[in-house]
Amino acid sequence: MLKEYRIALRNSGLINPESIDEFIAADGYQALRKALKSEPLGIYEEIYDSGLRGRGGAGFPTGAKEKAAAVICSDCEKYVICNADEGEPGTFKDRIIMETDPHTLIEGLVIAAYSIGAHRGFVYIRGEYELSIQRVQNAIEQAYGRGFLGKNILGSGFDFDLEVRRGAGSYLCGEELTLIESVEGKRGYPRIKPPYPAEKGLWGAPTLINNVETLANFPAIILNGAKWYRSIGTENSPGTKIFTISGDVSKPGFYEFPMGITLRELIYDVAGGIRNGKPFGAALIGGAAGTFASEQHLDVPMGYDKLREVGLTLGSGAVIVMDGTRNLNQTMLSILKFFKHESCGKCIPCRVGTAQLHNTLKESLAQQNFNNNQVYPELIRQAELIARTSLCPLGQSPILPLKSLWEHILVKQTANK
Amino acid sequence: MSMEVEKILSKYPRRKDYLLEILHDIQNHSTKNFIPEEAVQRVAEHLNIKKAQVYGVIGYYSMLSIKPRGRYVIRVCASPICNMMGSCSLLDYLKQKLDVELGETSADGLFTLETSECLGNCAAAPAMMVNQEMYGNLSPGMIDSLLEHYSRQTK
Repeated sequence: MLKEYRIALRNSGLINPESIDEFIAADGYQALRKALKSEPLGIYEEIYDSGLRGRGGAGFPTGAKEKAAAVICSDCEKYVICNADEGEPGTFKDRIIMETDPHTLIEGLVIAAYSIGAHRGFVYIRGEYELSIQRVQNAIEQAYGRGFLGKNILGSGFDFDLEVRRGAGSYLCGEELTLIESVEGKRGYPRIKPPYPAEKGLWGAPTLINNVETLANFPAIILNGAKWYRSIGTENSPGTKIFTISGDVSKPGFYEFPMGITLRELIYDVAGGIRNGKPFGAALIGGAAGTFASEQHLDVPMGYDKLREVGLTLGSGAVIVMDGTRNLNQTMLSILKFFKHESCGKCIPCRVGTAQLHNTLKESLAQQNFNNNQVYPELIRQAELIARTSLCPLGQSPILPLKSLWEHILVKQTANK
Repeated sequence: MSMEVEKILSKYPRRKDYLLEILHDIQNHSTKNFIPEEAVQRVAEHLNIKKAQVYGVIGYYSMLSIKPRGRYVIRVCASPICNMMGSCSLLDYLKQKLDVELGETSADGLFTLETSECLGNCAAAPAMMVNQEMYGNLSPGMIDSLLEHYSRQTK
C-alpha cells in the first residue's frame, strides 16, 4: 500500500487528544513560539508563498485571504473564525482532526490571528459533532492554562481569546457568510457577496475565516517553511490533502496523501479496491456539491486544476465510490433531495428550483418508459438557471453532480443502448 | 425546568450571539428534548430581543424543537452514502419496531424518530445518532440492542 504523508494529521492516533503535554512533547506550540518572534507580515507571506489553498472545498489561496484581512486596517477590531461546520456529504476530515488532535487546530488559529492582528476568535462546530465539541473545548481550556491563549501569549504582548460556538443542523451554515450570520445568533441566510468577510465579516468587522484542515497545515508550514511545503504535492496544488473515502470500497476511511495521487491509487491501493470483487461504477468527488467521475478519470492527478481541466472538482476531498451495480439515478435523487431540504429559501429560484429538480427526477423515475435522454438535458437546463440566479453556493451546486453524471457516465450508457 | 433555565441564562452574557448556545443548553437539559414556551419568553427577556426572533431561530435550525419529543431523539443519517449502504431499510425497521412514523414519538415517550443530513460517519455507514451519541455500521441486531440499552437506562 502507498504510504500516507501526514501533515494535518501528523499527531492523529499517536497522541492522547485530551493531553496538552503529549501534544507539547510532539513539538506542539513550537510553531506558535516561532511565529510570535517574527513580524505578522512574515507569517502571511510564508503562508502565501507555500501555495496552501482552502481545504473546505473552494480552494481559494489561503495566504491571499490572510493578507487581505491583515492589511485592510490596523488598530481596528478584527476576528478569526474556524469553519468547523463540516456537512458536505461524504466528508469527515475536520471531525478526525478535532477528535484526534485539537491542539494543532488551536495552534493554527492563534498563528492566523497573530498574522492579521485579531484578538478574538471562534470555532464554529456543527452541533452534531459532540465529541469534536468536547475535545476542542477541553483543548481551549488547557491552552489558556498554559498561556497559549489569553493575555500576553508566551510573553509576546499578543492577546487572543477563543470560544467554541455550536451550529444546530444547517448545511448552509458551512458557507462562510451564512456561518457569520449564525455566529451572530441569527437564522442562517446568506449575505450578498462582495463584500467578502476579509472586508466586512462578523459584526461588520474584517474577519478571516478558514476551514479546520487549512488551519491544521499552518503550524507545519511555519516550522518548516514555504519551500518545504511546495516540495510536496503538485505545482498548482501544493501540500497534502485528507481524502475521506466511503461507499463500495473494502477499507473506507480517512487518508492523507500529497496532492496528485490518482483516483485509481486511492480506490485500489489505499482503500483496498471495490468490495466483493465487483467492477468500478463511478466515484462522486467532493460530496453532494461535487462531481461524478467515471472510469476514464481514474488516472487524473487529484489536484484543484488538473481535475477542473476534465470537468471535475476536488471540493472537500470526499470520495464516494459506487460499484458497477449501483443505480446512479437513485444516488442522484438522494442528492437532489438533500439540496431541496437544505435550501434556505431566501432566493426563490433556489427554493423552488431545488424542489422542482427533485420532483422532476422522482416523477420521471416512477414512469415505466423512463429515458435519461429526455430527463437530464432538462434537469441541467433548470440547474443552470438556478445557479445563475441564486446568491450563494447552494443554488450553484446542483448543476455540478447533474452535469457530470450526465456527461461523464449516463450519456454513454444511453448511447450504448 | 424554570430553575434550570435561570441557571443556564446566568452562565451567558446578555448578548444575542449566545442565542444558539443558550437554546442548545435548554434543550439538552429538557428530558423531552425541546424548548418550552416559558423558556422562549425568558430567553427573549434575557437577551432583550423579541420572542418572534427566538422562534425564528429555533424554526430555522433542524436540531432545535419547540415540540416535546422523546427522552431520546434518534437521528438516522439520510445522506446519499448512508442511503446507498442501507439506511432506508434501517429506517423502516425502526418505524416498525417503535411503531411510529418519521417525526413521531414512541408510545412510551422514550424515542422520537428523525432523519438527519450527513452525520460525517461515512466510513461506518449506515449511521445514526441517539441524542449526542454517534453509532455506525448499523444492523437490525445492533438497533435491537441499542433500543434495549436506552430503555434500560430509564428504568
